[in-house]
Formats: sequence, structure tokens, C-alpha cells
Amino acid sequence: MQTVYTDVLVIGAGLAGERVAIEAAQAGFSAICLSLVPARHSHSAVAQGGMQAALGNCAGGEGDSPDAHFADTVRGSDWGCDQEVAQLFAERAPVEIRQLAHWGVPWSRVTPGAHTHFRDGAPIEREARPENAGLIDASGFGGTDKWRACRAFDGTGHGVLFTVDNVCAKLGVEVHDKTEAIALIQDGEMCFGCVARCLRTGELRVYLSKASVIATGGFGRLFLHSTNAVISDGGGHILVLNTGLAPMGNMEAVQFHPTALVPTDILIGDACRDHGGTLLDANKERFLNIREPGDGEPAGRDEVCRRMVRHMRQGGGVASPHGEHLWLDIRHLGAERIASELPAVRELCARIPGIDPARQLIPVRPAQHYGMGGVRTGKDGHVPGLKGLFAVGEAACWDLHGFNRLGGNSLAEAVVAGGMVGRKIAEFLQGAEVTFNSAVIDDEVKRQTERIGGLIRCKAGTENVYKVRQAMRQALDEGANVLRTGTGLAACVASLRETLDRARRVGLKSNGLGVNPELSAALKIEGQVKLALMVALGALKRTESRGCHHREDFPARDDGAWLTRTLATWKNPDDDLPTLEYEPASPAYPLPPDGRGHGDGQTGASGAASAPATARNADAVRG
Amino acid sequence: MNRQLLFNIFRYNPQDPESAPHLERFALDESDAMTLHLALTRIREEQDPSLQFDFCCRAGVCGSCGMVINGRPGLACRVATRDLPDEITLLPLPVFQLVGDLSVDTGSWFRDMYDATESWIHTRELFDPAKPEKRMDNALAESIHELDRCVECGCCVAACATARLRPDFLGAAGLNRVARFRADPRDERTDRDYYEIIGNDLGIFGCMGLLACEDVCPQHLPLRNRLGFLRRKMGVTALKQFFGK
Repeated sequence: MQTVYTDVLVIGAGLAGERVAIEAAQAGFSAICLSLVPARHSHSAVAQGGMQAALGNCAGGEGDSPDAHFADTVRGSDWGCDQEVAQLFAERAPVEIRQLAHWGVPWSRVTPGAHTHFRDGAPIEREARPENAGLIDASGFGGTDKWRACRAFDGTGHGVLFTVDNVCAKLGVEVHDKTEAIALIQDGEMCFGCVARCLRTGELRVYLSKASVIATGGFGRLFLHSTNAVISDGGGHILVLNTGLAPMGNMEAVQFHPTALVPTDILIGDACRDHGGTLLDANKERFLNIREPGDGEPAGRDEVCRRMVRHMRQGGGVASPHGEHLWLDIRHLGAERIASELPAVRELCARIPGIDPARQLIPVRPAQHYGMGGVRTGKDGHVPGLKGLFAVGEAACWDLHGFNRLGGNSLAEAVVAGGMVGRKIAEFLQGAEVTFNSAVIDDEVKRQTERIGGLIRCKAGTENVYKVRQAMRQALDEGANVLRTGTGLAACVASLRETLDRARRVGLKSNGLGVNPELSAALKIEGQVKLALMVALGALKRTESRGCHHREDFPARDDGAWLTRTLATWKNPDDDLPTLEYEPASPAYPLPPDGRGHGDGQTGASGAASAPATARNADAVRG
Repeated sequence: MNRQLLFNIFRYNPQDPESAPHLERFALDESDAMTLHLALTRIREEQDPSLQFDFCCRAGVCGSCGMVINGRPGLACRVATRDLPDEITLLPLPVFQLVGDLSVDTGSWFRDMYDATESWIHTRELFDPAKPEKRMDNALAESIHELDRCVECGCCVAACATARLRPDFLGAAGLNRVARFRADPRDERTDRDYYEIIGNDLGIFGCMGLLACEDVCPQHLPLRNRLGFLRRKMGVTALKQFFGK
């Protein structure tokens, strides 16, 4: 058995994980990142919206401050976030953006003069000051009042990820790509690293470390329709879940995006609706403006999704071989403006459905987009319950996003939290001595070897992993989607319990030799169904609507009972359901709960009363 | 009536002593808006669960799914089957180490390239968190971004005749990386420094000018232009060194 030792083991080599590794390496510690794919192919590369930071250089950014960014983030979260975390984050974001510039990110820079931004289909013009020429620019994204989404032209996630990986290469941070962690090594108190499967040979390998970090991104692939990469399958969550010692936070808080392209579910960005794009139904008529006159397309992502689903339910959907969908119409922009302002949309449409958005309608439907929940951590990124274990980025519930993420805050969280958690890990490592117990290591290796052997020999059964996975996805699609009800969620939980039973009886059809993809899928299916049960049960128990979690039978936010974070633990591997506990959403509420200002009016009178100011900021849920 | 597609897929699992390299034929009914990502996923889930291939973002952005599609390297998730004939032959990218079937190890190749080109900003300046950022003209930032758009899919390397002959040739991806840092004023390296890296047969002078790299680059990077520019700059640097200037 090959055993690799490192001070810091980072599982995941996207932005958050590599940013942690940089801090560790700069403090003189050795760091290794494990990754399913070459680091630069991580899902971080795909993020195009921008990175929120209150620099205040640009047109439309004047007078911006970390306090304003903090307030937008808290409102966006529907008061579900940890406000201390949001404060720390908003303060640090501008410094991290500048550091990325120092490292080489080709940020878009301020060009003085008039700049146009589209919102609600209408152009807004703002002036950039000549004295700010050449400073880091930002644009209006996520619907925030101040423009603060920093961009590297049309490739923000790509540009930042490449730069951060360059810094890793410079500092000697090793990236072991095509390597999949399959179990943490821990003795009930302390985490010592992981057992990993090499995806070049299929062999097992042991990684031992003083500190381990879960930075594996999201879990979108639990859902039938998701904009996420195929590697965003909850793998890191499962490692923690299987210990039975540490909770997942707010797994029911899942963001859906209204405009995923049919049938591939590839994201068509919010820019289309910002540019005045409208959603049409089967009769090619607008419908978002029907329910509430005067309220047009660009409401928050969550509210648009809800209205789309309701309208399809009322018979407004377009039938297709890929299921029902709606239309996105940007024909009013014309070929020239689409080519210059929305080139990515034009290319995506031309490539797969094979349509020209200047002349034809784009088939879209809501799809899972981001998980606000994840491995619960403290402010320092430490996972309670296991010493030496940390989590960061989308995999973690730090909890910056509460029940809805502000547009452009995911890239920013990856880098800002990565830096902060990395420094905390360096502090943790100063003088830390760890004794590795070989019995604990050998036991885990033996357990994993037996597990693999059992799957290959069909010891527990011959259930087909892909069919079980499809059953899990169907169950979530039917019961834990955009609109949720007690009955639907109860049925979803029941169905997932049956699926869990099947998942425990999976056996391989193929021989399992080498880098067998069926074995990779089989090794995580039970954990995936358990995660799905955390989503569904958490949603069933939360009898209120908050942010993206919308209960039709409990349409109002209930701060009296539910200003809380759900903590879900799988105490015993043989349990059929997770154990749920709750903690206050935030240790303090410097910004006391108030309306978000849009939606069905379910947040009570306060939202309507503070009309223009909050209405504007409430749009800050997009991005 | 939908077409029936015939896939000829390269199969070999180096970890299976009974496996030998061969082409295997799979038939699949074409569906509406089918991509190679969808087709291969269906073949794996419905016909042969051991089939190896690499996809990640499946949206044409990340660069994971390079393979040779009917003779031409490209990103499989960007290809709609309707643009292909009834018979489709899929091979792994050459040059890179084969992992199995259509999956290759691009990661190791590219990490070696980062070390060879020292793919990072070289500066003596330290970051000062209290200071505003250094200014940069937006047009310059955009020109750096243009050269930074490589997704490291490996298609240019797989299509390169020199890379096929010399495994340690830097390839268009490596040479473009040097061009990216050369264009960036934050990097303090000079042409003499870059000459040390690419002023030889494994670098810019190994390029035979066939320029298949530009033909197959899914990002449409201006490789012909950049490689020609670097060759001139390195030629001038060589002459200056020769004449002791």
C-alpha cells in the first residue's frame, strides 16, 4: 500500500481547495490537493457571473462599502446566514481581489466614461471617473444596487482558477489529479487523512495528514436536472457523512436556476433576462407579469423558478421529448447585439439545440444550480466533531448564503473563505504533533478493500447502480424541487428510504478492474441517497418558506420558529434516516430580520412597507 | 424516424490482463439534440458500464473531454451527433498516457509544462494588502485574457507532428503559456529568460509550422500568430546573444 504523508491534505482542487493550500504552503507546510480531474478543469472554471467585492472603483460602484455588500448578502440569504461570517467575508473580499491581481488575474479594468448596464430590460447609464482609470472594474450583476461583480472579461472563474493554480505550481503545492478519496481515516476524535482510489490504475492509496480539508464543491448531480458539472456529486459530503460524527447544515437550502437549456441543462446566464429577455409559455405569451401586474421578468431567481413551475402545472408548459419546458425570448435584441453582448448564449444555442436565438425561442426549464448547505463548519472552517478536519467552499456550510446565495458570491466565497480557513489551518498546525495509529489506518484500508471486493462479487445483491441513481434523482425531482409540500416531501422521503435499501444491495455488472467507472459510481451511491434524504427530510420538517426553500403549505417565513439552521447527522451507518437538530441561524443579528421585498408577499408587511430600497436590494438574490 | 448510430470505440484497459487494444462497436438510437456526452453516457449506463471516458462540465468550458472524433481532436461535449455521419469512430488523444478506453492523462503532461515554463508571474514585489491595486490598461488586460483562454484540453498537442515525434516538446499549449506571461507587465522576466526556456528544439525552434494546433484549438486561440511572433523574438534574442549584446 502506497502511503503519502503531507501536513495538509486538501480533497478537491478547485478554487477553495487550492486557495487553502496556498496559505498552508506560504506558512511553510507541505500541501497536497486530490482531484477527480486536472485542477484547471474543476467546476470553478465554469463560473462566469463575476466575483463580488466592494471595491467601489467602477461606474455604478461609487459609495460602495463592505457594509453594503454585507447587507445585500444577509437580505439575499433571507436572514438564514451567519451574520458574523457575512461581515468577515465582505470586509476581506476587496483584499483578496487585489491579491489575485498581484498574482496575475487579468481583471477587467475601469475605462473612464459612460457605461451601460441592462436591468429589467432597460439600460442604466453610469459614469466611470477618470481618476479611477485602470483600477479593477466591476459590473452590475446579481441585482445589487451597487455594481461590484469583478470580472476577467468573459472568463472570470477560468481566469481566477488558472491564476490560483499557477501560484500552487510556483509554491510546490502538489495536485494529485485523477485521485478520488473514498473514506476518511479517523479514530472517532481526530481525522488523519483518507483512503483514496487512484483513477489512473484503480489502486488504493493512503494519504496521512495533520489537517484534512473537504473542498469538493457541490452536490448538484443528486438532482435529475442540474447545471452542475458531472463531478459535482457530493463525494466530499459523503466522506464526512459516513463518519457519523459531523453534521451537514441546511441541506434543504438548494438554489434552482430558472433558465437551464433543454435538454442538456447547461446554464443560460441571467444576463439574458437583464437584457430584457422574457419568458414565454406554450402559447408564446408572457406569464411572469400575470400574477402581479407591474412585476416583470427579472424578479429573484427563486421567485422566477416558482412562477415557471406553477405556470407549467397550470398547462402553460411546452411538451417535448425531454419533458415540459418554457421559452426564453431574446429575439428583440437582434443578431448584432446578441453576437456582441451575449456571445456565449448564441454559441450554446447554436451548438446543441441548433437554434439561432436572434430568430428562434430558446427552450429552458428550472434546474438545480447551487447547494447553500453542506458540511457544517465554524467560522474558522473547522468541522465540529472531528479534530483536524476542515471544510470550505460550496462543500461547506460556513454559512455565508443561508437560504439563498447572492449572485457572484460563490466565487468570492471560494477565494475569501479559502484564504481565511487556510490561515486558520496554518495556526492549527503550528506546533501540532500528531501520532498516527497504524491500527486505525489498517482497519480503514481493510474496510475499503472489503467494500470494493463485495461490490465486485455482488455480495449484497445485483442492483444496478445507474438505475438506483436514477430512482434517487426522480424522487428528489418529484418531491424536493422548486415547489414543496408536506405530502410531496413525505412521499419523497418514503421513496428515498426504499432507494436506500436498493443502494445497499448494489453489485457490479462489469469486472471492476482498473479505473472502472461503475465501481466509482457504486462506491458513493449509498452516501448519495443518504445525502438526498438529508435534503428531503430537512425540507419536510422545515414548515416555513425561506429563500429557495418554498413550502406551498407554509408559504410564509416564520422567524419565530425557524430562524434556525438544520443540522443533519447520520449517526449510525445502518440508520434509515438522518438525525436532525437545529441551531440559531446566526450568533447575533446586527441586521434584524426584515422583508426581502419581492415575491408573493409572504414575508409580511415589512417587505412591502420598505418598498423601493429593499425591492431593489431584494433582487440581490440573483447571480 | 431517428437514425441508428454506429459507434466504433477504442477499448483497452491496461489494468485488465485479458484486455487487448481493439475497436468495439456499439449501436445507439439517436435522440433529439444528442451530444457525444449524452451518447457515451447512455452506452455506459445501458450497454457497457466499464467504458472509460472523461467529461466534467459537459458545457464546452472546462476542457476535460478531448478525444479524436472521426479523425479529428476535439471536445466531445461540444459535438452534436446530428453533425456527424451514421458511423462515428472515437479514439483517445494520442501523445498523452492512456488511462483506459477514451480516457487519457492530460494532467501530468500539463503539470510538467507548468514546471518547464515556470507558469506563474515572476516578480520581486510583495503584495501589500493596504495598498490599492496597480493600474493596468483595460485593452492590455484583455490581450492577456485572450492568451489565458487555453483550457488545457490537449487537442493542440495531440494534433502536433513534433509532439508525436518528441514527447518532451512543449507544444502550442506550452509556447502559448510563455506568450501569455511575456505579454503581462507584472512578470519581470525578459526575452533572455524566456530564451532559456523555449530557445531550443523542445521549444519554439521545434515547431515545424504545420499549425494543426490552430486548426483544432476549440478556444480558437491565435496560435499561428503567437508562435510566429515568439519565433521572431527568440531569433532576435539568439542573434543578440551571439553578437554579445
